[in-house]
Amino acid sequence: MSARATRAFRMTPLARLGWLALAAYLLWAMSALEFNLARFILGVDNGARFIARMLPPNFERWDLLVKGLTESLQMAFVASFLGVLISLPLGLLAARNLLPPLVTWPVRTLIIACRSFHPVIVAIICVKAVGFGALAGIIALTVASVGFVGKLFTEAIEEISMKQIEAVRATGASFMNVVIFGVMPQVMFRFIGFSAYETDANLRNSTMVGIVGAGGIGSTLFSAFQRFDYDYVFAIVLSIIALIMIGELLQVWVKKVFRQ
Amino acid sequence: MSAHPRTWQRFTRAERLARFSVYLAVVLAVGWAVHSVEIIVEFIWDAPEQIADMGRRMWPVAWWFYPKGVHDALVETLNIAAVATLLGILMAVPVGFLAARNATPSRLLNNLARLILVSTRSISTLLWALFFVAVFGPGALAGTLAIAFHSIGFIGKLFSEAVEDAHRGGIEALTAAGASKLALIQYAYWPQVKPAFWGIALFRWDINVRESAVLGLVGAGGLGMALDTAINLFQWDRVALVLATIFAVVIVAEFVVTEIRKRII
Repeated sequence: MSARATRAFRMTPLARLGWLALAAYLLWAMSALEFNLARFILGVDNGARFIARMLPPNFERWDLLVKGLTESLQMAFVASFLGVLISLPLGLLAARNLLPPLVTWPVRTLIIACRSFHPVIVAIICVKAVGFGALAGIIALTVASVGFVGKLFTEAIEEISMKQIEAVRATGASFMNVVIFGVMPQVMFRFIGFSAYETDANLRNSTMVGIVGAGGIGSTLFSAFQRFDYDYVFAIVLSIIALIMIGELLQVWVKKVFRQ
Repeated sequence: MSAHPRTWQRFTRAERLARFSVYLAVVLAVGWAVHSVEIIVEFIWDAPEQIADMGRRMWPVAWWFYPKGVHDALVETLNIAAVATLLGILMAVPVGFLAARNATPSRLLNNLARLILVSTRSISTLLWALFFVAVFGPGALAGTLAIAFHSIGFIGKLFSEAVEDAHRGGIEALTAAGASKLALIQYAYWPQVKPAFWGIALFRWDINVRESAVLGLVGAGGLGMALDTAINLFQWDRVALVLATIFAVVIVAEFVVTEIRKRII
């Protein structure tokens, strides 16, 4: 026995090389950010002034605030509803255990395409297509919902037990009957959970898409920010946080109601 | 036996009432939203023409512009995502341990850590970016910090759940042997949460790549900056180039994550 303690599962040279490369990359990336002490001190100074100007929050223009928040809420509701409505058939068509690759591949590509762009970027395109306002935001959020919920629906359907499907098929059921009596009962609870989650996510995003002109509280926030009305900005941020926290509580509650 | 056959019901009255009220609330909310949201219908009729116009302006894609104006932004975006994920993990892991009920037996600390997790998560990356741009000026640093702070909530929450799922056996054995808190974390918790930890880190990196492509819209560096400039100058062929770049990066990131996941976890 050697005097040095030997470790079980030692790293292979290749894995060690990989870790070294990762560490080297991170160090290089950090140096590329040009972060130094002088900048940090200046930043802390700026930050203190910034926070001093934010306090106390200014709720004087509350009517604009409420209008923006209401529009955000409306956008989130409509987009979640449309998103789930579109995702239901798409999720089914993308499930590889139910349908042949010829059907699933195009649908899977569509879902991936919807997910690959951030809602704010989709919103930019929508603003160009349908002009400023809530409609652009609704379309952008719907696209994002389809990308996300569609993927989760597909995965949920692919994880179901095939025994029940076979049992329903053995009775000579049509495809629609298999879906209604074999698939849906197994995934319904998870679908409701995903929909609640997506509504919550849309609520968060609906407060952001306004930055590019797609309606909601985001446009109020961004213009207040550009006019250096930091106390009003703080009031808006506080309202957004409150809204999002209420959304999260509701989401948890809905999931609890449907847990058997 | 009573004369009337008793019907079996799956849910109690309270459960049915709760479910019904959720359905009702959903219908009312969607109905209210559809009814009252301000949509200018004329814009919808105009949309196909606008989209065709956009397509014409985007084509041909300005590929020649890539080495000049997009490549550096792409590298910056990747750097922001990687460093922000690292910073986020460094800040989130201690908070995650504090939030886990089995690792930290103090209710006060648990709730405090949970508050940190919820509040950092409910401020979106763009809001954090606005804040850090005001503090540190426009640039990649603001973007990195924005993503790192927003990541705390996500990583910390999932990490604390992984810690809470750890089996008690090893932990109790080490505690009985008189192990210090640090030894407990190193030998009892870490081996158990390791797979979950790498999964969370990879997942978050993937999300951060997407987010860092947007941040430039508020001046926080990366591809978003190139996108913002091109949009403001109505150079739609360059917009198409940036969008294609973002699409490629996102697909590659997703591929990398799936491959590493298959091998490590």
